[in-house]
Amino acid sequence: MYNSPFLRQKASVRRVMVTVLVAMLPAIAVQVWLFGIGLLLQLAIASAVALACEAGMLALRRRPVARALGDGSALVTAWLIAVCLPPLLPWWMIVLGTAFAIVIGKHLYGGLGQNPFNPAMLAYCVLIVSFPALMSQWPGLHGGDAAAQLHWIAGGERTLDAMTGATPLDALRTGLHGGGEVASVMQSAAVGPAFGHVAGAGWEWVALAWAAGGLLLLAMRIITWHIPVAFLGTLAAIAGLASAIDGAHFAGPAFHLLAGGSMLGAFFIATDPVSGATTPRGKLIFAAGIALIAWLIRSFGAYPDGIAFAVLLMNICVPLIDQKTQPPVFGHKLGKPDGGAK
Amino acid sequence: MLPRLFSFNGGVKPDPNKGDSTREPIARLPLPPQLVVPLHQHIGGTPRPLVGVGERVLRGQRVGGADGNVSSAVHAPTSGRVIAVESRLMPHASGLSAPAIVIEPDGEDRHVEREAFDWHAASPGEVRDFLRDAGVVGLGGAVFPSHLKLNPGKAGHTDTLVLNGAECEPFITCDDMLMRTEPEGILRGALIMKKMLAARQVLVGIEDNKPEAAAALKAAAAALGDTSLEVVVVPTRYPAGGAKQLIRVLTGIEVPHGSRSTDYGVQCFNVATSLAVFQALEQGEPLIRRIVTVAGNVERPRNFEVAIGTPIGFVFAHAGLKPDTDKLIMGGPMMGMPLPGVDAPVVKATNCLLASSAALFPPPEPELPCIRCGECARACPADLQPFELYWHSRSRNFGRAQEYHLFDCIECGCCAYVCPSHIPLVDYYRYAKSEIWARERDKDAADSARERFEFRNWRAEREKEEKAARLAARSAAKPAAAPAATDGAAPTADAAVDPKKALIEAAMARAKAQKEAVAAKNTAEPDAAQQAQIDEADARRARAAATPDSERTE
Ligand code: SF4
Ligand code: SF4
Repeated sequence: MYNSPFLRQKASVRRVMVTVLVAMLPAIAVQVWLFGIGLLLQLAIASAVALACEAGMLALRRRPVARALGDGSALVTAWLIAVCLPPLLPWWMIVLGTAFAIVIGKHLYGGLGQNPFNPAMLAYCVLIVSFPALMSQWPGLHGGDAAAQLHWIAGGERTLDAMTGATPLDALRTGLHGGGEVASVMQSAAVGPAFGHVAGAGWEWVALAWAAGGLLLLAMRIITWHIPVAFLGTLAAIAGLASAIDGAHFAGPAFHLLAGGSMLGAFFIATDPVSGATTPRGKLIFAAGIALIAWLIRSFGAYPDGIAFAVLLMNICVPLIDQKTQPPVFGHKLGKPDGGAK
Repeated sequence: MLPRLFSFNGGVKPDPNKGDSTREPIARLPLPPQLVVPLHQHIGGTPRPLVGVGERVLRGQRVGGADGNVSSAVHAPTSGRVIAVESRLMPHASGLSAPAIVIEPDGEDRHVEREAFDWHAASPGEVRDFLRDAGVVGLGGAVFPSHLKLNPGKAGHTDTLVLNGAECEPFITCDDMLMRTEPEGILRGALIMKKMLAARQVLVGIEDNKPEAAAALKAAAAALGDTSLEVVVVPTRYPAGGAKQLIRVLTGIEVPHGSRSTDYGVQCFNVATSLAVFQALEQGEPLIRRIVTVAGNVERPRNFEVAIGTPIGFVFAHAGLKPDTDKLIMGGPMMGMPLPGVDAPVVKATNCLLASSAALFPPPEPELPCIRCGECARACPADLQPFELYWHSRSRNFGRAQEYHLFDCIECGCCAYVCPSHIPLVDYYRYAKSEIWARERDKDAADSARERFEFRNWRAEREKEEKAARLAARSAAKPAAAPAATDGAAPTADAAVDPKKALIEAAMARAKAQKEAVAAKNTAEPDAAQQAQIDEADARRARAAATPDSERTE
């Protein structure tokens, strides 16, 4: 016997997760096209590890395995990890990161819906803290043929210059540390083809593909506008302000929006519902906070891209943000003599 | 003139499914071999039975008298013989039984002599008493006694009377068909109520998926020639027919939970209730029949005019229940409740009888954890955060649930309708509410026990003092004071005892105030707002408050 409502919309966690996976496809395709097929292998490894860990943890926790595996949430985590990491990492790092995300980031906190931290970002931060050198080796544009890429992923001898190229954020950081200025670094042949028209050769296309996937999520009502708009808006505003004040040492808004993980973060990572803020105003604050912290790390920190750390830091604030931004309840909006309003 | 419409947040758009039951006009259902008329069919006190076994009753005869003012009468739907006054199965999910008058119709349908009542000449109080004794209660599902709502409130007048013809729940069409067939009676009833409420205007709200009903009412309004009547077509969106949502859409006013809408200048009645008011006051006909939509998994979905007390199985038999029916529901698919059996009778609250099959309403998929996607919050017409309520209800953290306005939830089901994790959210809220009520009840019981105990102590002490006083009086050999001192209530003794008594009373009042403060703490993190909510819960449980808050949707 169950109670009302007897009517339910055709919605499921599975449908939500599958939509997210589909929305990731354009960016994955562009990335493979521009940087080689390494990413595909990483996606496969991450997926397999995520499903295996999820199944193992569910069995350990005595939960129905098949049903929970089918919800697709582990796959989303796996794919997010794979697209965040440099695609030519040796396979064991992907395994390590994914296993960490699922086992510690998700299930030790109680499984789906319970984790306070974004598991994919947790994995990214653990790897970058533990293996900073490997984590900065991104392939250059059309870097290396398939065989060579697979050789690297399999753990083979790495000859750095052969295939890697600095990411735009890295190149900018190195250039600025070397005493250069934004404009000259960007034009400098020394850093090679990292900079395209705005934010690095090829990278702009990847960013745009992420944005396209994000618009799909918006259209399918999987996410709301609050987080992407607040994140990108804040990032652009801060970057614009900083570069207006000191254009020699701070890159402008267009560069920040299209470089690194900005678009991926705005639409796919900061929007993770489980670990993010839930109220409309809370989402704005949450996303603006991520943008601010990410920009600070990019501009002053030791790591090339700060989005992962920014997300984790803001994850900590979520309960407080949610509590302080509860929208007014029906009938309690105008402060009429109702006795129950807060 | 197009009135300005407002909007409420949230809501959902399920398939209305109203076509099948509106194809045929309303049919009058024959009388069953036995009518089971429950005494308690409304919010408020249970009526006292006025007839005994074996007694002959006439159609329209009162068989249950209102118990106090927050109650309503019940009547015999036809003439016949009372064959039992006993507990019978009620149309309630819990399968409980309650006292009912069981009548065997004699087939003559002889009417009791109609009371002559000129409501124009009567005082408002008399009209309200008449409606109470005519058993008129809200027919939208809440069955709140209508006479209690026909009071203008503090201001002495009301701005707007809202007639609810929105009928937003899927499958239900009884109001739709009633508006098509009885538009004039509905509007005349509205004008009576408008007078009683001293209202400026009447707005009839109808969802835009009922053009025939809207046209019929508009024509009737034009024929009546009363410019204060306005028929307003509102967008179809569940739950636009919730009293609060409809008031909001038509007037822009948001009536908070627990307050009287008359304090905000509005009052809301269902269209069927309006017709019942008209029939009671103008035709002397108490509430003994109602329109019931029979829909869902039946051969011939249709609206029937059914005598109150007709067994539900009898009604379904006339619509042709399909064999693969797995459940019977009273009400719509969003807010209805599963019925315990076909023997339960149709009551004043029965707007719809819905047969369910696995194909029509598939059983919910297994529940998954909440992923905090916020879909429920976007769908909630009360602007709540359903997943927070769920969280705190589930962990039995009822204080927090109340902080998140648990009692503002109208149980409309929108949140559960959209939830991708298939969580039966409303079940959790119902559970939390009933737990809170139960705790409050326990607390009340404990409080009154403590009060009794303290009163006994106080009395013992007083007696001791009086005895001492008597002894002192006697030893002082002042015979004049002696007889007076033996009786604490006598004026001379009062002079002696009163200061003491006043002190004790003050102390008791202080103790009581402290106790209340402590008791409030027991229910987790008290504050003024929460206490107010607890008080509201009290009021609702006692069914004593005259707030029409419980008006259900549609
Ligand atoms: S719709 Fe369901 S899963 Fe989504 S936040 Fe609400 S309760 Fe959680
Ligand atoms: S049932 Fe309650 S919480 Fe759910 S949508 Fe309706 S009012 Fe909101």
